[in-house]
Amino acid sequence: MSEIRVENLSHIYSSGTPFEKTAIENIDLCIPEGQFVGLIGHTGSGKSTFIQHLNALLSPTGGRVLCGGEDINRDKQARRDVKWKVGLVFQYPEYQLFEETVYADIAFGPKNMGLSKEEIDERVREAASFVGVEEELFQRSPLEMSGGQKRRIAIAGVIAMRPGVLILDEPTAGLDPAGCRQVLDNICRYRKETGSTVIIVSHNMDDAARLTERLLVFDHGRVAMDGTPEEIFSRPQELVNIGLAVPRATAIAMALEKRGIKLAGSIYTHEQLKAAILKARGAGAC
Amino acid sequence: MSSIISFEGVHFTYPEDELESLCGIDLEIEEGSFVAVLGHNGSGKSTLAKHMNAILVPSSGRVLINGLNTADESQLIGIRRCVGMVFQNPDNQIVANVVEDDVAFAPENLGVPTEEIRRRVDQALRQVGMYEYRLHAPHLLSGGQKQRVAIAGVIAMEPRIIVLDEPTAMLDPQGRQEVISTVSRLCRENGMTVVLITHHMDECVGADRLVVMSNGRIVADGSPAKVFSQVELMHSEGLDVPETTRLIYELNQEGFRLPMDALALDACADALADALK
Repeated sequence: MSEIRVENLSHIYSSGTPFEKTAIENIDLCIPEGQFVGLIGHTGSGKSTFIQHLNALLSPTGGRVLCGGEDINRDKQARRDVKWKVGLVFQYPEYQLFEETVYADIAFGPKNMGLSKEEIDERVREAASFVGVEEELFQRSPLEMSGGQKRRIAIAGVIAMRPGVLILDEPTAGLDPAGCRQVLDNICRYRKETGSTVIIVSHNMDDAARLTERLLVFDHGRVAMDGTPEEIFSRPQELVNIGLAVPRATAIAMALEKRGIKLAGSIYTHEQLKAAILKARGAGAC
Repeated sequence: MSSIISFEGVHFTYPEDELESLCGIDLEIEEGSFVAVLGHNGSGKSTLAKHMNAILVPSSGRVLINGLNTADESQLIGIRRCVGMVFQNPDNQIVANVVEDDVAFAPENLGVPTEEIRRRVDQALRQVGMYEYRLHAPHLLSGGQKQRVAIAGVIAMEPRIIVLDEPTAMLDPQGRQEVISTVSRLCRENGMTVVLITHHMDECVGADRLVVMSNGRIVADGSPAKVFSQVELMHSEGLDVPETTRLIYELNQEGFRLPMDALALDACADALADALK
């Protein structure tokens, strides 16, 4: 239903002008339904351009994007329909809150889908509960909420459309550690309970390593690496060469390797690092 | 060295709030030091920052900046010239269409003579590494570059203290790195006093001193290595510690004897390598 297939996708901005810029080039990949995918890469590597293609906010200058087997750019209707299937949460979505009440803001998407009042109500409550926004806040202005709350209300507005694919562009940027944890927990819970595909753009390698099943590493408009976190972080030097950070645990393992201590296995979480060091000690003592 | 910032028993409550945001802060900051203030949202760290240039004044107690009392309105200009502030969102702080005009804005308002403005603007842009962009349009710069322009605009006033309130919150990792190394250089090379408010623990590692705030109080104060080594305290405040410190702490519980102050990556790797060999 919600499988996403990207075929030979390219996008050139301002084509034919002196400002012409190729943002993404010949991307070919398939994201099966229910997968949790992390997109990593520099600012300017093409991540944002790529995700805007997944719900037809941008039209390809080459190639095509299929959702559930259908070309999402086939016609005007298809371009419109995909907006409900693929929900996109932009960076700093709280700047896009505009309604007078929290309830009305979350209801905006479902309302535009032409749902009945009862159905809208059900979806607003469901979405609010996913992100931990209490019903007492429904009649308050979203603009008087804290930063973390605003972010979660904005995410609820997209979740309320029950998208089969949820895409979030840096959902934790600018939040404090407690706010980050909350938002990520909400997203994981949404995925677990609905079986939706989740695609998350992140600058935080530790989150990407810990949460996702698959990582796509963007570099200069191409997918430079594609694999499980285990596969990607077993080649940390390639990430460093692209100019990306590695998870903190990987950085320590790399520093140890430089000092002649090679730890076993691919290391990208704190637990793996600790276990590998304890194992290395055991081996040394024997 | 003497204190350039001095908080004496400072309490503060926002007019619409019942709870105190600052509950008796005593804090002395030495001239020329690099102090990081860490805490999560609502800990009072931004309120503390706003007391440093009299945006807010204490409900009780007093704040002295270079000996001037912030509650004394006749001293306001002197205080604001002494303390420059940089905020979170670079887009809200840039006023002009050309980078160098933006940096010149504050000294122009201070009535600085034209040649002197020219000198200060060039110098400020060089100090933040943005001199070659002086004729660019600010809105086409990256977030990290914009924030460095905002910092240049502040240092063109030649303040003795620069207070940065979460200057990297909206930046990508590269932009964050640019801003942190810029402010650290301003302190090391120009002797400026730097107060960095942040919730990113990694940004505190290079500071001389780390102050941790929670619920309007200072709960830890010392060198970053010393503060982070109090792992239980940091966890009880809902704060993380760097991966290096966490690893050493947990390995020591498993019978290792690693130094808790091996905070930097290389120091940590050296200590581990010694222990494993």
